[in-house]
Amino acid sequence: MSKRALPHYFASEAQEFNACKVGMWAFIAQEVLFFSGLFVAYAVYRFYNPEMFHYASSLLDWKLGFINTIFLIISSFTMVMGVYHTQHGNRKKTLINLGATVALATCFLVIKSFEYQAKFAHGYYPGMYFNAEGPFDTLHIFFGLYFTITGLHALHVLIGIGLIVWIMARVAKNTVNSDYFTPIEMVGLYWHLVDIVWIFLFPLLYLL
Amino acid sequence: MKNYITEKKGLLSWLFTKDHKRIGIMYLFSVFGAFAVGGFAALLVRLELFTPDQLILTAKQYNQSFTLHGAIMVFLFIIPSIPATLGNFILPLQLGANDVAFPKLNLASFHVYILGALVCILSIFMGGIDTGWTFYTPYSTTTDTAVVTMVVGAFILGFSSILTGVNFIATIHYLRAPGMTWFRMPLFAWSLYATSIIQILATPVLAITLVLLILERMWGIGIFDPAIGGDPVLFQHFFWFYSHPAVYIMILPAMGVISELVTTFSRKNIFGYKAIAMSSIAIAVISFLVWGHHMYTSESELAATLFSILTFLVAIPSGVKIFNWIATLYKGSISFETPFLYFLGFLFLFVIGGFTGIFLGTLSTNIHLHDTYFVVAHFHYVMFGGTLYAFLGGLHYWWPKMFGKMYSEYLAKWAFWLIFIGFNMTFFVQFIMGSKGMPRRYYNYVDEFAIYHQISTVGSWIIAIGFIVMLIYLVKSLRSGKKADKNPWGALTLEWLTDSPPQYHAFSKTPVVTSPPYDYKASSHE
Repeated sequence: MSKRALPHYFASEAQEFNACKVGMWAFIAQEVLFFSGLFVAYAVYRFYNPEMFHYASSLLDWKLGFINTIFLIISSFTMVMGVYHTQHGNRKKTLINLGATVALATCFLVIKSFEYQAKFAHGYYPGMYFNAEGPFDTLHIFFGLYFTITGLHALHVLIGIGLIVWIMARVAKNTVNSDYFTPIEMVGLYWHLVDIVWIFLFPLLYLL
Repeated sequence: MKNYITEKKGLLSWLFTKDHKRIGIMYLFSVFGAFAVGGFAALLVRLELFTPDQLILTAKQYNQSFTLHGAIMVFLFIIPSIPATLGNFILPLQLGANDVAFPKLNLASFHVYILGALVCILSIFMGGIDTGWTFYTPYSTTTDTAVVTMVVGAFILGFSSILTGVNFIATIHYLRAPGMTWFRMPLFAWSLYATSIIQILATPVLAITLVLLILERMWGIGIFDPAIGGDPVLFQHFFWFYSHPAVYIMILPAMGVISELVTTFSRKNIFGYKAIAMSSIAIAVISFLVWGHHMYTSESELAATLFSILTFLVAIPSGVKIFNWIATLYKGSISFETPFLYFLGFLFLFVIGGFTGIFLGTLSTNIHLHDTYFVVAHFHYVMFGGTLYAFLGGLHYWWPKMFGKMYSEYLAKWAFWLIFIGFNMTFFVQFIMGSKGMPRRYYNYVDEFAIYHQISTVGSWIIAIGFIVMLIYLVKSLRSGKKADKNPWGALTLEWLTDSPPQYHAFSKTPVVTSPPYDYKASSHE
């Protein structure tokens, strides 16, 4: 196994790792602010239409949302185990755990698409395509927000899957290993962010 | 001996370089291009306003021109102007580092910038956009112009800005030379740190706002358009939550440049180093609490009163800086080279811009001045008189370092005075006509305003001549300028230890820092 060369602008491996970590946290901060815009929009329209939101959230299937929440929480655990086994030089266990993470994330997206289809079947399309009757004439606003928020979250899940597959390839090629595990740590941080956003979304959209 | 320019040859060696110096130079020429396009649009707007009735543009073309001017100048020129050009080139050198923390990300930010710029330019060919750079709903969701394309362009440019911010934060945290503690860091680096914080925390809010605007326009999800149950004031809140901090993304790095200029050209330690450094952070924090002062006429009286009080807080750290700069001059050994002239220009114009900001921040006077030319003049005094002046000052200051060539001081001073006089002619009269009630963004106006508009338009021509003179001597400097020394101004920060222009590896030996950055007293004893 050949040792990886340190980029010329870093003086030590520790310096490189710390720089990457602070950079990743800065990036996560901007992700949080990105989603916070959606949370504010949710709060404002819930404040304007409390009864409509209460009614609309009962139209979502909380059981599917709950299963998806479990999937993501387990996937965060397998991600952590993947990082752990990389640091301890166990390539096989790393790949098994990362593979499980990708599988769980994919299950999340599949269930999400079933949910979307069920909504479409009742005419709950986003925006101007909305085509359903109900006790509230503002119902389309809830579904506009629902599809926007969960859609953007699903996009982040999709990007996460891509990143984890990329990391698996690097682990397989042994360019990410117990000597150099910065990339998998960073992807791990990103994946936990995607998980945490969903943990807030689930009660706000499905339960309240 | 090879330097970073001659290290490798060919266009591709530039377009795919990971060298922060080359990326800074490519950004420099890109923002020059954006400035030329935005400036041309401004000249068109001013020319049309020479007479009260139609002169060269139709009403729609006029709306498209001022929107183009605003959007290009804000998103393509002034936000990246100092951080992405001077910051990219100088920041690592000032810290004694050989590159930024993430060179690949740095290159990506440049590529993303170019992509965003191309999409913005595409929107011009798709019929332009006539909403003003603020994209207010419901007009932006109903007009038939190419809103979505321009907004996608601004969204993409946001990514570029965020990536630069991430990069600078990591660089400043972990790539400082041994011995350079936080309080031995040059003030330009401090200001970029404050800027990066805003870029990271504010830009994503603009991103989500623009995503929602696009979805509203394409699918009508019912969030901003009142016709389908949305709230247009919510758009204003979202938009200004980014766009007010964004004006500090524009001005903070300028203040950093100014701190470097004042200490170098008065050959004296900066007065109140810590106060200046901390006031940058204070401005960054306060910038997130004042967005509502753009919306006095569309929010509740209580909210407007609170935002007015919070707005006054900005004056404190800004005042701290101004007084410290002036105190630095005291008993300094001042030399009036071109960068110092830009410092003086900044000081005069930014103070006028700042004081008129107090008129506008005061709720009662704002109601009278709201959406008049007074606002236009205030904004240009801060952005042109502030940021652009500092950018030009920094450009003239670091030009010998970047290209290894000197420029003609004689022509540079001519350009400075032309721009200074033209600027004041263009914008000072706008304070007067604004206070008399001339609304902004109007295509026609009553005859009594004609004289002010005519002075303003003639002023814009003088500015244009000033910039043409600048273009001439800068091109001449590149072709046949006198060779620059390592340290032509006798400055003390680390970038002046490198060759002019620097080698690809600017520091063959990592410098060790043992003193504060501007210790002119100690250096004169050596």
